[in-house]
Amino acid sequence: MDSVVHRLDARAKIIVFLTFILVGVSTSPSSFPVFGLLAVGLVSIALAARLPLGHLGKKVLKTLPFVFFVALSIPFMKREGGGVEYSLGFRGMSISQSGLWILWNVLVKASLSIFSIVLLYSTTPFPKLIKGMEELHFPRIFTVLFSFMYRYSFIVIDEMQRMKRARDSRGFGEKWLWQAKTIGHMIGTLFLRSFHRGEMVYRAMLSRGYDGTMPDAFAGPFGRREILFLSLIPIIILLRILFA
Amino acid sequence: MNAEKVIEIHGLSYRYPDGRSVLKEIDLEIHRRESVAILGPNGAGKSTLLYHLNGTLIGEGRVEILGLLAEKKNLREIRRRVGVVFQNPEDQLFCPTVFDDVAFGPLNLGLPPEEVKRRVAKALEGVGLTGFEERSAHHLSEGEKKRVALATILAMDTEILALDEPTDNLDPAGSRSLVGRIRLIHQTKVIVTHHLPLVLELCERAVLLEEGKKIGDLSTDALVKERDLLERFGFDAELAQWWYGRMKQSGGSRP
Repeated sequence: MDSVVHRLDARAKIIVFLTFILVGVSTSPSSFPVFGLLAVGLVSIALAARLPLGHLGKKVLKTLPFVFFVALSIPFMKREGGGVEYSLGFRGMSISQSGLWILWNVLVKASLSIFSIVLLYSTTPFPKLIKGMEELHFPRIFTVLFSFMYRYSFIVIDEMQRMKRARDSRGFGEKWLWQAKTIGHMIGTLFLRSFHRGEMVYRAMLSRGYDGTMPDAFAGPFGRREILFLSLIPIIILLRILFA
Repeated sequence: MNAEKVIEIHGLSYRYPDGRSVLKEIDLEIHRRESVAILGPNGAGKSTLLYHLNGTLIGEGRVEILGLLAEKKNLREIRRRVGVVFQNPEDQLFCPTVFDDVAFGPLNLGLPPEEVKRRVAKALEGVGLTGFEERSAHHLSEGEKKRVALATILAMDTEILALDEPTDNLDPAGSRSLVGRIRLIHQTKVIVTHHLPLVLELCERAVLLEEGKKIGDLSTDALVKERDLLERFGFDAELAQWWYGRMKQSGGSRP
């Protein structure tokens, strides 16, 4: 995938999408125009990045249920001091208006935030994302953690698949209880191997002069495109102030 | 041969934390620009010995590297001057991109950015992987990973290079190409390996380990004639002599 948005410096994208999220969550739930404008902004970026909207939508929907099911119970909670209640006519159940507002509030903000994050990682390869975070001086411990996770998750998954293959080729799959034991062993082995790997990686780091601090990344200057993209920030904030 | 000793080990013993003894009373001296192979069966302590060369492990006994005693206060300087290439490149390549991995050492040395970039480019060129800077280690072939791992150390421009099974896991072509690259490196080299042709081609001297003890230290020219010794280590003596003869015939000079 390649587009104007993909080629932008990761730092610019991180800042802009973070602004989208911050403006989104700080807007009051009744400011429908602001949510509308944020959505239009994000969709425009997605179109500029030539990403299929349906695909992005699916990604957002996949994460949304987690938020939805937690938020779903809110309108049913009884509030002290009353407020408007809608009776459901079923065993005396009712939902409160303020609860519905909270549900809407959570859902719209979660969707917009997730959409921003999905756009960010769909247009930025992970190594560049980490580098961008480093250059923006995110806490080093997080960026280093992310980068190790990214690097070694593949290896651990590969290792797990090799173990699975080795297990299956020895006629695995008879009794459930026996399976559970084998799977337990596999998880244990995986843990030990990862632990050992951690030691070796640390040794390899020491061998190359590691002294507890990761070296700083190189930061290049922003180009004209990045500055243009960053100009979205004052626009969003201005609109937020005008409409809310 | 230049007489300057760069590695001096006396009475080195090492036990793993679980009490297993891996190295027993090892004495070893290596001179500048020498190329020494460390041979021995699995579990003989070859890699453990290698880790002592830059102080990633510290055992009992005396280890002196480039005149510096391997103890805590000298480790930084020793690691600046001894590069260890690990057997498994997955351990050595821990950064998101090839560039980051190769730049990690030079950056830790505190070199300025321009110099780091220059070193990375040169090291990658040295292993024939120019243009791989932005690749992720996960998407490299085994041979490419091994070469990048070597480049991470070449970029540090160390005086001593310690390689742990450099051709392990490689196909014959990959192995040949890597041997060719290593041959061009002129630093002092210590190579742990099971691969006899590599030893004959790259090293003038071989140190033999068995169950943590040094049982031989001789020139590779002499080693090929030691039938019993070769057989004891599971090498095919006929084949070794044939390789050796062929190498001499083709004028295969060691650097």
